[in-house]
Amino acid sequence: MDLTNEQLVKMYTTMVKIRTFENRVAELFADGKIPGFVHLYVGEEAVATGVCANLTDKDFITSTHRGHGHLLAKGGDIKLMMAELFGKKTGYCKGKGGSMHIADLDLGIMGANGIVGGGPPLASGAALACQYLDNDGVAVCFFGDGASNQGTTHEAMNLAACWKLPVVFVNENNMYGISSCTLNSMCVPNVADRAAGYDIPGVVVDGNDVVAVYEAAAEAINRAHQGKGPSLIECKTYRHRGHFEGDPCAYREDAELDEWKEKDPIPRLEQKLLEMEILTQDKIDEIKAVLQKDLAAAEQFADQSPYPEVSELTTDVYS
Amino acid sequence: MPTMTFAQAINSAHVVEMERDPNIYVAGEDVGVFGGCFGVTAGLLDQFGDKRVKDTTITESAIVGTAVGAASAGLRPVIELMFVDFIGVCLDQLYNQAGKMKYMFGGKAKIPLVVRAACGAGIGAAAQHSQCLEALFMHLPGLKVVIPSTPYDAKGLLIEAIRDDNPVVFLEHKVLYALEGEVPEEAYTIPFGQADIKREGSDVTVVATANMVHTALGAAEKLAGQGIGVEVIDPRTLYPLDMQTIIASVKKTHRLVILHEEVRFAGSGAEIAAQAAEEAFDYLDAPIMRVAAPFCPVPFSPPLEKAYIPSEESLIAAVKKVME
Repeated sequence: MDLTNEQLVKMYTTMVKIRTFENRVAELFADGKIPGFVHLYVGEEAVATGVCANLTDKDFITSTHRGHGHLLAKGGDIKLMMAELFGKKTGYCKGKGGSMHIADLDLGIMGANGIVGGGPPLASGAALACQYLDNDGVAVCFFGDGASNQGTTHEAMNLAACWKLPVVFVNENNMYGISSCTLNSMCVPNVADRAAGYDIPGVVVDGNDVVAVYEAAAEAINRAHQGKGPSLIECKTYRHRGHFEGDPCAYREDAELDEWKEKDPIPRLEQKLLEMEILTQDKIDEIKAVLQKDLAAAEQFADQSPYPEVSELTTDVYS
Repeated sequence: MPTMTFAQAINSAHVVEMERDPNIYVAGEDVGVFGGCFGVTAGLLDQFGDKRVKDTTITESAIVGTAVGAASAGLRPVIELMFVDFIGVCLDQLYNQAGKMKYMFGGKAKIPLVVRAACGAGIGAAAQHSQCLEALFMHLPGLKVVIPSTPYDAKGLLIEAIRDDNPVVFLEHKVLYALEGEVPEEAYTIPFGQADIKREGSDVTVVATANMVHTALGAAEKLAGQGIGVEVIDPRTLYPLDMQTIIASVKKTHRLVILHEEVRFAGSGAEIAAQAAEEAFDYLDAPIMRVAAPFCPVPFSPPLEKAYIPSEESLIAAVKKVME
């Protein structure tokens, strides 16, 4: 593989950062410190990490309702994210957005999205701007198996193919849209099979192998940079937790979850890095300790930050 | 008489109607196995099977679009739109197709369709999962708009909606789902266009919908202690809209305050206010006031969300203003 040791360690760190953040959010949510809903990315870290490791700040991503992983992988700040989840004015969206609406346009993050299939048209639009301005940027659209059946996704892919827009559609197929399983919601075995319908490349990758994800994304992004248009990458993965925090998951079997936990992306990379002696157990422990410390600081920041003033209720509606 | 929650009353309406008419089917995201995002359709799949209770993919346009086609071909679909905020994804199917087919086809189409949707703020679900959009639907010729506030009203109105041969948008404020009330076990209907006087009074008329009916009743109780008699009217359906009951009340009290959780600007209250001004101008002793949400998306942060939702205090202040 073309990845340097440094890149591998960086990807490992990003995945652990996401896992640590999400697990803590689950605890905080259960404790009642985070209002509303949260949809956690636990188990899918390799997808966001492997793709975003190819991207720079001038590239765009659109995310989903399960967006914390994408946001962090694209360079999101955990303090600002935590504050946003708490609803504090120091959060990414001044407390006005919450989990499903976190965005940072300086980092090219066009937002998490509460509408399934909301992202694909936005991503094609961002790609159009990159093409028009000839600024070498690309757009990546993260979308799930549920969104792959949404009309807007079809529309966005078709237009991107016709206009050869520099966008990569990254499908995170975790097999479930809340309770509806892909076995019942699509007739082809792979979302990527539909790429043929748009005459664009469609590949299936092991979404829990961060290196495989990285390599597939690299190829698609390169294609976009060469003006050859969009690609579809399907990452087979699985969410360890429910659709939302509090979901009893009665619609799936424990045995299935156990099977996927065996393929957890983080221990897989950790094992590889240890075997290749790129990391030692001490170094791993150190990485985890630093992340825990950063997370504690983020939590403290969020805790101590003020809520927005009621006087801010109707500001930021217009530019 | 049994006690049911708002959600159970809606479930009961489904059961009695589906037992009666084999052409009724239910469809929506997670309505079957999961029993609906808010549990409203729990048990329907077990009782009626998956031909009549269909779990769909996430595709509002196709869910509503296929329902329009099926309705015009003789079935009676009862669709669940998980959050009314998602209406944007499928509005074309509802207003350009279902709402206009009979008119465009010179009367030669019948679209007996119900689209139920959860609406409203108060649970921190933020901007895209917390809206009240009644006025949007009121504005579209060809649709009927129903918005119950109690379990009893919910069941009767939904049965009426299912039996109505037109496309009906049935709006369920999500904070009402756990509200309990007495509801008959058997089927019964409540006609559309018939407002309900939830509390009588002679000093001021308050027209309120959905959860705001209960806010109005709470405020009325407090104001009674201060010698102000509030008449609370629940329109129950916004199209057709029972202005007759409202006008009769205004002729008695001479003051009108309208309360809704929708954004004030161009909300359902604007229509009620305009009609009341037109028809009861000489009877009004004060300007018509509307108490509603400010013109912004529903915020996430709890103190902001609390400030967004109209309160008893804001209604009391408005009542006192018209009493001056």
